[in-house]
Amino acid sequence: MTDALAVQEQNKDLKELVKREYKEGFVTEIESETFEPGLSEDVVRRISAKKNEPEFMLEYRLKAFRVWQKMKEPDWAHIDYPKIDFQDIAYYSEPKQKPKLDSLDEVDPKLLETYERLGIPLEEQKMLANVAVDAVFDSVSVRTTFRETLSEAGVIFMPISEAVQEHPELVKQYLSSVVPVQDNYYAALNSAVFSDGSFVYIPKGVRCPMELSTYFRINEMNTGQFERTLIIADEGSYVSYLEGCTAPQRDENQLHAAVVELVAHKDAEIKYSTVQNWYPGDENGKGGIYNFVTKRGICKGDHAKISWTQVETGSAITWKYPSVVLQGDNSVGEFYSVALTHNKQQADTGTKMIHMGKNTSSTIISKGISAGHGQNAYRGLVKIMKGADNARNFSQCDSLLMGDRCGAHTYPYVEVQNPSANLEHEATTSKISEDQLFYLMQRGLNEEAAVSMIVNGFCKEVFRELPMEFAVEAQKLLDISLEGAVG
Amino acid sequence: MLEIKNLHASVFDTPILKGINLSVNAGEVHAIMGPNGSGKSTLSNVIAGRDGYDITEGSIDYLGKDLSELEADERACEGIFLAFQYPVEIPGVSNMAMLKAAINSMRKYRGEDEISAGDFLKLIREKAALVEMKQEFLKRSVNEGFSGGEKKRNEILQMAMLEPKLALLDETDSGLDIDALKIVSDGVNALRAPDRAMVVVTHYQRLLDHIVPDYVHVLADGKIVKSGDKSLALELEEKGYNWIEGLQKAS
Ligand SMILES: Nc1ncnc2c1ncn2[C@@H]1O[C@H](COP(=O)(O)OP(=O)(O)OP(=O)(O)O)[C@@H](O)[C@H]1O
Ligand SMILES: [Mg+2]
Repeated sequence: MTDALAVQEQNKDLKELVKREYKEGFVTEIESETFEPGLSEDVVRRISAKKNEPEFMLEYRLKAFRVWQKMKEPDWAHIDYPKIDFQDIAYYSEPKQKPKLDSLDEVDPKLLETYERLGIPLEEQKMLANVAVDAVFDSVSVRTTFRETLSEAGVIFMPISEAVQEHPELVKQYLSSVVPVQDNYYAALNSAVFSDGSFVYIPKGVRCPMELSTYFRINEMNTGQFERTLIIADEGSYVSYLEGCTAPQRDENQLHAAVVELVAHKDAEIKYSTVQNWYPGDENGKGGIYNFVTKRGICKGDHAKISWTQVETGSAITWKYPSVVLQGDNSVGEFYSVALTHNKQQADTGTKMIHMGKNTSSTIISKGISAGHGQNAYRGLVKIMKGADNARNFSQCDSLLMGDRCGAHTYPYVEVQNPSANLEHEATTSKISEDQLFYLMQRGLNEEAAVSMIVNGFCKEVFRELPMEFAVEAQKLLDISLEGAVG
Repeated sequence: MLEIKNLHASVFDTPILKGINLSVNAGEVHAIMGPNGSGKSTLSNVIAGRDGYDITEGSIDYLGKDLSELEADERACEGIFLAFQYPVEIPGVSNMAMLKAAINSMRKYRGEDEISAGDFLKLIREKAALVEMKQEFLKRSVNEGFSGGEKKRNEILQMAMLEPKLALLDETDSGLDIDALKIVSDGVNALRAPDRAMVVVTHYQRLLDHIVPDYVHVLADGKIVKSGDKSLALELEEKGYNWIEGLQKAS
């Protein structure tokens, strides 16, 4: 069959596009204390006061706020959205009934129910085996599971607001050590107003006994979520961390501007996985989360390793480039990404690998899937500094298009200052072919199952990097997000 | 089992099939021969329900059902199997995973439970042995990097796994070496059964030495211009398609 015929067929199918409901789109009716919309030095002081923060944190925030005020909101080539009015957003919201983290009895049952509905049970008897969860609801952490088990191993896993109180020396030492406040517009904003997030410290030589995971939930209307995650893996340690996110379905756009910093010391390894499913907006592009995130890790010591794995199916707009600074000799950076855009979603994502140490190596596997009017851009930078002898990079960017109204764009940038570098780049763009669809349908699979199988096959190299349970989740999520994309 | 009456089909308003009549009963093997471009693959695709073909006249009846009312996947679940002339590659999807999904989809259609992991493994080992396919091929992505002959063998493996009622083999012998031809034919013969019919499209008499057909049809320019028993294949090989052209003119 000719390509023209295949396209014609797909167009016909796409016209019958039906939108599935965003099942995480419910709102929890809970009394919250939410700041008036608007951002000023006073608001920053009030956030700090709410959190009962030590002086150094207030100073840090105020400095960030002043930096932010002088910065300009960036313009992005492949992203198109109305200007955000930063005075129209509330910068803090917490459930009225203050959760006490050690005892579940004091957590509002509505909150527990919320997480239960999202498939993240927080009650002891129902907890996911071998996964410790920190649940963040709007601006505060409501519960962290398995704390005792973890502390026996010496692992610190707690809301960052508590870490500021209990481990101020660690926070002081590492906060903004990877992402400076002036790094970019959203990082500066986050540093000024971040409310909560997770803090992880793995001591020397410890292999974290379970998966750590944070689940972010935006509930309140017109509230931005600005969370902050800081993970430190001391010498020879290992940790695998997963973050998941959802938000109610609303007509207004909401802002999510997070900062994640990872520090891997000598011989340490951090595996950071994200399954992002923020509300993407409806099929006409109304509503949805603006997801502007700065994620960066540093391989500080020799033989350190950081890998980012992400499956991005949600958000109206995604803007993020998880990056690795390869400072230690023989350190390794990896980036595995699946980004799906459907309807009017836009994603501009990719990575930066900064090679500084000798014999450093990085791998980039990016899979972009576009359906409907979705726009997907990969933007990657591989930078080899002067001292990075024998650095190696392998990059592979594959795009899959479903229909002919969506787009995929690939922008690989390379800066090489050391002639011994060895870089390889591969890129492909393909369509789900009518031949493949017919082949699978001829074997008895219905159209949806056939599309799902082809798409999952396309993403295989990324999914196999995810922890088992989450790989299954990610596949399901992709199926749901693609429902109605064909047929 | 299969009753095709005066079938006319077009692609993009170009008529390809121009009045096919064909009747296939359970237990029979029919061979279809004919020059390149005569419509053999088109006929297989139309029976299997591929999108993009307009049936402008005539009907296809299968086990008492009007096929035009069934989607491709439903036809597959009803027992129609097509071994493709050009099997497509599906990166990242293992042969095993695809076959398991296929079997379960068909079971579901019939209202049966899913196959257990143990039973599935046993079945696939047994069938892989039938076509002498190494285990490693089962774990590899569907047809990805397979040689031409390996792809064809993989089609027969799938047929053996799915146990269709009506198998359409579109040039399954093309690109096979002598040993593979023997293996594939043995595989096909092992599946011959009183309740199963096969339609074998081929250009070569030598396949029909191995898979002996009950009937041979010659397709030319979208029509069956001659039918006969296995001796027709021999005659055709001897006289060539010029002879057919003569027949066409005569008709
Ligand atoms: N999608 C299409 N668009 C245009 N023409 C087509 C299309 N599909 C088939 N045809 C035409 O229909 C005719 C029959 O093709 P078909 O593939 O059925 O032939 P065949 O008998 O199987 O040939 P071969 O022996 O080479 O496999 C050919 O002329 C072919 O070009
Ligand atoms: Mg053909």
